[in-house]
Amino acid sequence: MEFVTRPHARNLVRFAADKPRVVVLSADLTASCEADDFRDTHPDRFFSMGMAEQNMVSFAGGMAREGFLPHIHTFSVFICRRAFDQLAMSVAYPGLPVRFCGFLPGITTPGGVTHQATDDLALMRALPNMTVLECGDATDVESVLDAAHAIPGPVYIRCLRGQVPRLFPSTEPLRLGQARVLQRGTPWTDTSRSQGGAGEADVRSSDEPDRRGTPWTDTSRSQGGAPEAAGEERHPDIALLTSGICTEEGIRASMALRKRGIRIDHLHVSTLKPFTDDRVDAALTAAAKGIVVLENHSVIGGLGSAVAERMAELGSGRRLVRLGLQDVYAHGASKGYLMRKYGLDAQAAVLAVEGLIGQRLDISLEELTSMDPAPAGPPVKAEDL
Amino acid sequence: MTTGNLGMDEGGIRGSSSPTAPPAWLADVDRVARGIRRRVLEHTLRNNGGYLSQACSSADALATLYVRLMKLGPSIAPPVPPPFLGVPGPGNPTYMTGSGYNGPHEPALDRFFFSPVHYALVLYSTLIEVGRMAPEGLAQFNQDGSSVELIGAEHSPGHEVTAGSLAQCLSQAAGVALARKLKGEPGHNWVFMSDGEFQEGQTFEAIAAMAWQKIDNVTVLVDANEQQCDGAMRKVMEIDPIAQRVKAFGGAAADVDGHDPEALVAAASSRQAGKPLVIVCHTDPCRGIPLLATRGGKLHYVRFKSSHEEERFRAFLHEMEGG
Repeated sequence: MEFVTRPHARNLVRFAADKPRVVVLSADLTASCEADDFRDTHPDRFFSMGMAEQNMVSFAGGMAREGFLPHIHTFSVFICRRAFDQLAMSVAYPGLPVRFCGFLPGITTPGGVTHQATDDLALMRALPNMTVLECGDATDVESVLDAAHAIPGPVYIRCLRGQVPRLFPSTEPLRLGQARVLQRGTPWTDTSRSQGGAGEADVRSSDEPDRRGTPWTDTSRSQGGAPEAAGEERHPDIALLTSGICTEEGIRASMALRKRGIRIDHLHVSTLKPFTDDRVDAALTAAAKGIVVLENHSVIGGLGSAVAERMAELGSGRRLVRLGLQDVYAHGASKGYLMRKYGLDAQAAVLAVEGLIGQRLDISLEELTSMDPAPAGPPVKAEDL
Repeated sequence: MTTGNLGMDEGGIRGSSSPTAPPAWLADVDRVARGIRRRVLEHTLRNNGGYLSQACSSADALATLYVRLMKLGPSIAPPVPPPFLGVPGPGNPTYMTGSGYNGPHEPALDRFFFSPVHYALVLYSTLIEVGRMAPEGLAQFNQDGSSVELIGAEHSPGHEVTAGSLAQCLSQAAGVALARKLKGEPGHNWVFMSDGEFQEGQTFEAIAAMAWQKIDNVTVLVDANEQQCDGAMRKVMEIDPIAQRVKAFGGAAADVDGHDPEALVAAASSRQAGKPLVIVCHTDPCRGIPLLATRGGKLHYVRFKSSHEEERFRAFLHEMEGG
């Protein structure tokens, strides 16, 4: 597995090169949010707003009204908690195209409870007009700004920084409203790549037309029953839906489970809102034994909640296990420690699946760890502030 | 450094004045200000309630802005405001703000941002008095399904941003102002605020940011009537002196009698390069309707306590109407 160093820093410069309306606003966390390369490349389009997030958010709304595309950079907590009213009234209500590049999602920081955005998805999903995206790997990071660019309204992006693993081929960009299907629970056909690691995941080809259009313009969604599976009989046992950094853990779990003969659909979700994806709907209705969600967020208001709401609307009638922060705050420690402690890791996913199928599978932590393709790059350091 | 008269209409301020005859625009300001107070009192009586003291304190400043200070094009909005056409969003592509009453958005023209939107009735009355809205439009005030709302939002006549969560307007206007500078637009940006908003931290974040980014195409008029919802500001949380606080955060500031249009115009010409200008308009919340002073300290929202009191105000309105 390849690690990419500071993918957002490079991508922001690339993305903005031919878009003169893109401006970057930062609240004293410029290098910490990888906006420093942009600042040095385009000093005329970079605005240091000081440690004053409320003003920065309303200010961005004013610039967006005049045709600019402000990309706000700070930690997710300071966007979502500190300036929520400004975000709702100065940006989301008028539906202005401000992009909120929020860093340090969930427990990815040892900075403790003040720096850990564990409720940001709940807050952002609740705002009308808001699109909510989350990156799970370097490829997502490298393509998320282009995806957001297609949306004429505000977009909240859960970004990753530093050493970011590449789980998905760099030729397969993040696509709005489309989960990545990483594993299918139905018997493998000749199009499958058996024994595939994460990098060989079964991802629908990128030349397939986007039938849904952008989430912003998609108002036609029916609230009907499950979409039909495309031509093939589907009877997986389990659907595993993961997002953000938890997808890497989900891949380890699904690889181990498949070895035990568990038929598992594994989807990586990057568009949290609007939550209108036929692939997700299909997975939520097809899984015979139940659904597991694994996310780096509170189980209230994030992917787990979105899935629960959608399952109820679809009448899927399956059991659901929501893995994430169980309505608790976390604290300052390493990412690995916190993922283990709060049950955001592969082992938590395996235990949840065992519960749903009523069977012990004897998958050890060592086995899950060995499933992890060894990082090719330098080791991940605890992220400093 | 005083650069003076930045972006102002040349020949405007001093042009028609002479030691003997007051300039014609002063009479205009006076007529508009009287009309604002009269209309707001009329509506307060009709609805038994209203933001009446705000009309008394701010009528002269708003009249001076519209009659003298702002360079606006003619209204491009329907004289009688259309009903509420829905909130902005992907399902409402024809959504428009109420800024059309302040004329078109053009590079050379000024823009107006209205922050204390509970003064909405005062602004609607101003628009009527300066011929930007039809008097019939006020019949829709606070009616269900109307855009002429009690507390204005950006779809309400004369409003451009959603400012009801106070102190967000200045930051939004600052963003617009920087964007206009980047685009090379010479038009000025005027913001009308209330003094209570200077209790909010965001106001001072905005002033610091404007000073840092050298945003000097913004002038703020503050209606310093020293009143807020709970009563007199000096009993809720005194924040005087506002002008010194603004200067400490890097802005330029001036104190004026908010009922003296000539002083307002003179202060508006004292802009300094690289700084936003904040004009603290010291005002009397009972100006023009002295009866209000008999109500004691709490003036934020006036509801008549007895039919006797209502009668006294009705008689006063009659007087104002020249009867």
